[in-house]
Amino acid sequence: MHIHFTDQYHEGESLIHRLDPRVKVILTVTFILTVSLTPFGAFGSYVMLFALLMATAVSAHMAPTYLLKRSIIALPFALAAITLPFTVPGDTLATVPIFGGITISQAGTIRFVSILIKSWLSVQMAIILVTVTPFPAVLWALRALRLPSPLIAIVSLMYRYLFVLYEEATRLLRARAARSATVDGVRSGGSIVWRGQVAGRMAGSLMLRSFERSERIYNAMLARGYKGQLRTVAHSHLQTIDFLVGTVTVLILLTILLFARIW
Amino acid sequence: MNWYPFLTGLSAPQQLHIPDGFLSAPVAIIGWVLAVLTIAYALRQTREQLGERQIPLLGVLAAFIFAAQAINFPVAGGTSGHLLGGALAAIVLGPWAAVLVMTAVIALQGLLFQDGGLLVMGWNIINMGILTAFTGYLIYLAIKRIGGSEQRSILIGGAIGAWLSVEVGASATAIQLALSGTTPLNIGLPAMFGVHALIGIGEALITVGALALILRSRPDLLRQGEQAGGTASAAWVAGGLLISLIVAIFSFAASGSPDGLERVAEDHGFIGSALDPVYHILPDYTIPFIPNETVSGIVAVVLGTLVVFGVAMMIGRMIKTERAESHS
Amino acid sequence: MHHKIEVRNLEYTYPDGRKALHGVSFSIAPGEKVALVGPNGAGKSTLMLHLNGILEGKGSIHVAGLELSDKNMGQVRAAVGLVFQNPDDQLFSPTVFDDVAFGPLHMGLDEATVRRRVQDALAAVGMGEYIERNSHHLSIGEKKRIAIATVLSMQPEILVLDEPTAGLDPRARRQLINLLHELDMTMLVSTHDMPMVPELFERTLIMEGGKVVAAGCTCELLADQALLQQHGLEL
Repeated sequence: MHIHFTDQYHEGESLIHRLDPRVKVILTVTFILTVSLTPFGAFGSYVMLFALLMATAVSAHMAPTYLLKRSIIALPFALAAITLPFTVPGDTLATVPIFGGITISQAGTIRFVSILIKSWLSVQMAIILVTVTPFPAVLWALRALRLPSPLIAIVSLMYRYLFVLYEEATRLLRARAARSATVDGVRSGGSIVWRGQVAGRMAGSLMLRSFERSERIYNAMLARGYKGQLRTVAHSHLQTIDFLVGTVTVLILLTILLFARIW
Repeated sequence: MNWYPFLTGLSAPQQLHIPDGFLSAPVAIIGWVLAVLTIAYALRQTREQLGERQIPLLGVLAAFIFAAQAINFPVAGGTSGHLLGGALAAIVLGPWAAVLVMTAVIALQGLLFQDGGLLVMGWNIINMGILTAFTGYLIYLAIKRIGGSEQRSILIGGAIGAWLSVEVGASATAIQLALSGTTPLNIGLPAMFGVHALIGIGEALITVGALALILRSRPDLLRQGEQAGGTASAAWVAGGLLISLIVAIFSFAASGSPDGLERVAEDHGFIGSALDPVYHILPDYTIPFIPNETVSGIVAVVLGTLVVFGVAMMIGRMIKTERAESHS
Repeated sequence: MHHKIEVRNLEYTYPDGRKALHGVSFSIAPGEKVALVGPNGAGKSTLMLHLNGILEGKGSIHVAGLELSDKNMGQVRAAVGLVFQNPDDQLFSPTVFDDVAFGPLHMGLDEATVRRRVQDALAAVGMGEYIERNSHHLSIGEKKRIAIATVLSMQPEILVLDEPTAGLDPRARRQLINLLHELDMTMLVSTHDMPMVPELFERTLIMEGGKVVAAGCTCELLADQALLQQHGLEL
């Protein structure tokens, strides 16, 4: 799991940056949904979707290498699908001469490759979303799109204190590392159970401090008149360009989907 | 075929965050529906229990869970044990608050870091946030009720609850993958179950260490967490729903599964034959007038689940009345 | 007799691209007590994290005769006791005993030795009676002293402390200064507490902008008003 704490958002002045965050969220979800509904083996459509993706990235002034680097995150999960070439029945593509001969089927391989491509397309669009939209704007968009506001408020507060608590955990880990010494000739490290216990206590003490911190934050909120709801002002207003880009993109996606289903 | 064990070991991802593309659209949407319903209920429950504190407490604790997932310890040969946190959150905060805390963590991980997809986030929330919370909580409560309130049963309950929570989350993930035709059930389920049996030990150790420390310094927090479960009948009901959903999906996956899964299951024989009797109620687990096999299969699953859920709810009500009577 | 700490041309860049250390060089002789001063952001804490290998930069570091490398990290951490600024992050065990025992336990020492070391370490910091207490409820002064004990129990050759008197009231501060005075060890201490510097440290290093900009005898450096002012220091 990679955590890049440098802000995911890259400032910019492109058309994509200026779109209403609600539109960007909806288009991202629509894109991923389209990818999901595109059948296995529809490689023509995958290419078109990729072209749409690249067009978005280019108009947002994003470096393609950035997308490539960040999209690797989904790669380890590919293992889950790795059995498909061996288990899906169909015309044999090849035979591997181990374990007494295993057949690799064409259908299974197509499915496996399709899943990887679809996953890759989806994650890239998700990356673009947070690269061209500041996270608070994404949260506002979700709230404006009718997601429950207490939940959004919880995520907002979490986002505010994410780095603070992550740093505390890092300092705990460093403090432990600083006291993890060895002596020549003696087996070090203690037992697995002991090490697990220590890690647990670190988590426990951090949890207690988090409770106390939340009390202090609650008091600070009360001092500013908090009564249980966090209010915000609108981040942005819909403009013609939003409707235009939104409609055009949805039409393109629909076309790609129909093309895939009919062909 | 003796290469199955090889494939089995290879195909279990250690992380439960499913990326987009690995679950089919209908499966993903069902996940969202279930997650939304549970989250809505959790929001209401925690609002009642916590009032104004809801946002500051759950926000900071969500940040805590996120940070705590970075706390690890070396196990062997470069691997390390770590915490997912659903069980711990549920034991200390109560299951409904834990659902919200874990939802926030999973949502942020998916949105901001692409750890887990957007379309599949419903199931990710269920697997890592709802199933883990309720499994951990219910097991913990059950063991506490049997063993009494002393330290030992709290820690044992926490340990088993934590371990089981990981197994349940992992097994559910395997089932969703099987339903989507990504990983055959008879490879994916044992693979996930097996790998996470080990990972669950790390979860158990860290959870117990944390509980022990909290018990020492702030035992009042643990007492609060238990009360937050309500009269526990709600928890039983929710837990019952989710467990019955898993059972229902499991039986569906084993029989009316798409493409080669059925053939594979038949090849191995053991799944199909063991569950034969169940299917005769709904022939071939489909509903005759709905054409597409997958869709009707899913509808059948949902219907079956609602039936089981209804039964669970009746049982839950009976427990509640029984307890109320025994107190009067 | 070799220098206890020898750092040559240490450079370090954070993962996000910020350069924190621009070629730091200095050495500390056995038994010396040296103060490290400078404005916030000078790189003092970053430098200290290199001395026991938590951060790895370019350049060479020798501590207690060992050249830092991946292979001898365990021995380095036995030789260099690093105490961080915030005691809450270092006291993560249920009791004081557990926290002070962590180091020796990790080293694999037998129970009798562990117990003895814990008692000695707590006695050295004047916290012997706190051995069974829960550190969560102690005052910051008490926590700071226990944090030092958690490192002393490993019997390091060098003590590296990050702002030991920060946040202490005058009484706790006096107790801590006395403690540092009594500890007969090689020490590198970073601090903003300027009055403490001439009391305890015969040599001082001034850091700013990731570099050591002045190094020398404390009395000389602290008499140079212009130098102090240039680097945002006041007595």
